[in-house]
Amino acid sequence: MDAMYQALLAPFIDFAFMQRALAGSLLLSLASCPVGVFLMVRRMSLTGDAMAHGILPGAAAGFLLFGLQIVPMTIGGLIAGMVVALGSGAVARFTVQKEDASMAAFYLISLAVGVLIVSLRGSSVDLMHVLFGTVLALNDAALTLIGLISVVTLVALAIFWRALVAECMDPLFLRSVSKLGTPVHFIFLALVVLNLVGGFQALGTLLSVGLMMLPAAAARFWTVRVEPMCLLATAIGMSSCVSGLLLSYHFSLPSGPAIILSAGVVYLASILIGSRGVLSTRNRPSRHRTA
Amino acid sequence: MAEACITFSDLTLGYNNHPAVHHLTGTVAKGSLTAIVGANGSGKSTLMKGIVGVLKPISGKVAVKSGNRIAYLPQQSELDRSFPARVVDLVSLGLWPRRGLLGRYRPEDCDAVSRALVAVGLAGFEKRPIDTLSGGQLQRALFARVLVQDADLILLDEPFNAIDMKTLSDLIALIKRWHQESRTILVVAHDFDLVREHFPQALLLARQPVAWGDARKTLAPENLLRARQFHEAWDETAPWCGPDDAHSHHHDGEHHHHHDHAPDAIHKGAA
Repeated sequence: MDAMYQALLAPFIDFAFMQRALAGSLLLSLASCPVGVFLMVRRMSLTGDAMAHGILPGAAAGFLLFGLQIVPMTIGGLIAGMVVALGSGAVARFTVQKEDASMAAFYLISLAVGVLIVSLRGSSVDLMHVLFGTVLALNDAALTLIGLISVVTLVALAIFWRALVAECMDPLFLRSVSKLGTPVHFIFLALVVLNLVGGFQALGTLLSVGLMMLPAAAARFWTVRVEPMCLLATAIGMSSCVSGLLLSYHFSLPSGPAIILSAGVVYLASILIGSRGVLSTRNRPSRHRTA
Repeated sequence: MAEACITFSDLTLGYNNHPAVHHLTGTVAKGSLTAIVGANGSGKSTLMKGIVGVLKPISGKVAVKSGNRIAYLPQQSELDRSFPARVVDLVSLGLWPRRGLLGRYRPEDCDAVSRALVAVGLAGFEKRPIDTLSGGQLQRALFARVLVQDADLILLDEPFNAIDMKTLSDLIALIKRWHQESRTILVVAHDFDLVREHFPQALLLARQPVAWGDARKTLAPENLLRARQFHEAWDETAPWCGPDDAHSHHHDGEHHHHHDHAPDAIHKGAA
């Protein structure tokens, strides 16, 4: 019993930084996992990845001007992310080019600008910090920010849920009954950026995508409806955060990768044993019904 | 007799300055059942998109009488069949005109969805994921969604493609039921016999309207022959269609516009 306590609870009870890390990452899962589910079902799984690169110049500009401070870097990242998201979204909506191509173009430009800015000042250590985050060093400002982002995301999802589902399932139908199609697409892209920016405080720009996409990808193997998929993804995300932080604490591992790898393990297991996974679809029963 | 549900005024729709529907004028009467026929590329789907408002006119106007709710079943549905949803979720999309973004679904809405599924012969399919449906079953489900939409103006773009006889006769029966309920219906169809048998009205398109009116007269051999003579390909050197040319389209006597409800509407477009 005591060993269990020491292993699972003591780290969070004894250390304030662990509590903060836990609170921050759980709040983040709450919002970014459902967003990840929608990214996945819209076949935009790699968009999160591209977007995370797109954030870099803004964060780097904030870093260049104000040093390693959370608020300017976040606002910078938000601006850069919005430019990439809205720019590529607009090109996809209003020209012949599809979103994958326009997104690639915008994020590559943005990434190049970001690397340029980082190289103007700072060492590679600072760059690592921007890219890989500091979940174990979350301050009050960062926690407030993550909380705010989660609330905004959940409220926006609740309001636009029906339109978002319709836009994913049958966009032309939505256009025929409502003018919400284009706005809801942009609102969704804005939520993606918002959550990536929130994630890069805790996990860094590269790994924040992982917390968004891996739980969603894992949940896909368990259910055929989008509502339970979002709930399941959030649950997977949260448990990955807990297990990642504990692994990081006990084995002195970097916390971000530990969280993401925990989610990765769930994903790999889901491929195999999920109710729509490999084993259940390969191992067809030899008997079948008459109808 | 009947009031107009849709009014086309010298409507030209197209892509990149090339017309796909050229100077269409006329009215679709409320409660009418019209088949839109013509070769591939003759502007049938384009006309549908113009009516829904997905495609903006190059010139002229298309006006749907206000207060008419539109249900549109496109030819190439952008439906994502891999989306994690059940048949009942797909059909419930049809509740949008009634409940919009935030309105709660009420018990009578669920009833409406169940009744629609029964009406299209998909009772018992509620919980099936949409990626397990066959082509015909999916088409039935989409018809159920149109039923739920409870629209006054129903636009069906080639709803009978790759459909077996049983499904076809079920869908025709549904269309006739809508017709009896005085809804206005436009259907893009390719099977002339089917049109002659089931549709009172027909519009024959070959970029310009070739004939419009009683279905059997519209599909007379001389009209079909004329419809076949149009050039589908765009001509980059074609002269610009000015006001004078537009005028001539309506008065050169080449096009026989038969239209029972608004015989004079055809000829006043260029004025």
